Amino acid sequence: MQLSRRQFFKVAAGGLTGSSLVAMGFSPTAALAEVRTFKLARTTETRNTCPYCSVGCGIIMYSLGDKAKNVHAEIIHIEGDPDHPVNRGSLCPKGAGLLDFVHSKNRLKYPEVREPGTKEWKRIGWDEAFTRIAKLMKEDRDANFVAKNADGVTVNRWLTTGFLAASASSNESGYITHKVVRSLGMLAFDNQARV
Amino acid sequence: MALQSLDIAKRSATTTEPPQARKTLEVAKLIDVSKCIGCKACQVACLQWNDLHEEVGSCGGTYDNPTDMTANSWTVMRYAEVESEERGLEWLIRKDGCMHCEDPGCLKACPAPGAIIKYANGIVDFHQENCIGCGYCVAGCPFNVPRISKKDSKAYKCTLCSDRVAVGLEPACVKVCPTGSISFGSKEDMKELADERITELKERGFKNAGLYDPAGVGGTHVMYVLNHADKPSLYSGLPADPTIAPTVSLWKGFAKPLAMAGIAAAALGGLFHYVMKGPNEVSKEIEAEVEKELEAEK
Repeated sequence: MQLSRRQFFKVAAGGLTGSSLVAMGFSPTAALAEVRTFKLARTTETRNTCPYCSVGCGIIMYSLGDKAKNVHAEIIHIEGDPDHPVNRGSLCPKGAGLLDFVHSKNRLKYPEVREPGTKEWKRIGWDEAFTRIAKLMKEDRDANFVAKNADGVTVNRWLTTGFLAASASSNESGYITHKVVRSLGMLAFDNQARV
Repeated sequence: MALQSLDIAKRSATTTEPPQARKTLEVAKLIDVSKCIGCKACQVACLQWNDLHEEVGSCGGTYDNPTDMTANSWTVMRYAEVESEERGLEWLIRKDGCMHCEDPGCLKACPAPGAIIKYANGIVDFHQENCIGCGYCVAGCPFNVPRISKKDSKAYKCTLCSDRVAVGLEPACVKVCPTGSISFGSKEDMKELADERITELKERGFKNAGLYDPAGVGGTHVMYVLNHADKPSLYSGLPADPTIAPTVSLWKGFAKPLAMAGIAAAALGGLFHYVMKGPNEVSKEIEAEVEKELEAEK
């Protein structure tokens, strides 16, 4: 092959242009492929119990940040707790979707009351709520308590009020709830201690 | 040194060889359909881990919800009611999703460099930033898995939680499964686990129980234990012998290299012709003659 002086310059100029373009960043992208970065790497892990049913699965809540003074923690992910003896990391579909439950707009965050005859829920304070509930319970119990049945046998029943207590609570709180409710004479009652 | 957390085994539309000196553990997910109660915890866990949200859809008359995989729902439970004289009515529930083939048809069909990656541990992953949204992966997949998003026109599917597996965790669906129907580990261990379960199922009267690890795609990294392994189609149309479509194999395996060679030969020929012969120019003598003739005519 014979190259004239002019042809040699052409080839050399082409080569220079190409290598300059590469040097300026117009090169083919490097053959890399990184997986999505692990999103929980430096989150704060907080153990808790799933609030739904009485199985009481252990969960880990992952929140943004390291609890430093100026950081406002926000739960970004929830998963089963692999060290929890009940579920060993697994969860049901409801438990697996707890994050949306935590962030739900419909989540109840404070006591509310719907007065008789209205359709509006009104926000009230905790003290007001407790006083009101205690007062209504006492009124109802004073009016409807059955000390003896028709045969004159002592029964101490209070049948007009029921009590639905928390699931996913400890043996101790189950025991105390039971003591309080049963000693009032209440029969319609459900809580963790049933399971 | 590798510049990524998982070694690459194959890369779409790339001809350079990936590094192969290291040998990392080949992983697999085993789905035992006989233990599945169809609770869909795996579906929820998948959405949660991958920060996806599915719109409220419509009911198709079965428990399938959503009724098909979407760009957001990378796994769905499929509920099949099968009646046979031998066993009466059976409810066969299968967790559908990417099978992570050893020889992935999607990767073979993909024309976008680096949009589909197969890692050395067996995971087939889509990289949406490189995806051009052509949909060839959908045509290339023997299991009809990839879905193109209406939002960004990019293909999405199960990643086998490559981000979790890369840091030594199991996929989200595996962790959440409350019945232990989904297991995760080395492919070898998963095959052993399947064997144990198949023996158990056979003792219980499922004489055709077996492992679904189809050889047509080189085996898969998501395997099923089926109680009727002789008829995979009972499980909402699981293909009995999946293979990459012949058009894709022919085009990418035979036609493409040939066409590339043809183009290269034409380009090279052109270059040599230009260098050796130069451009096809009219010589000065001929030009002068023509001009003279033109003047004479005037």
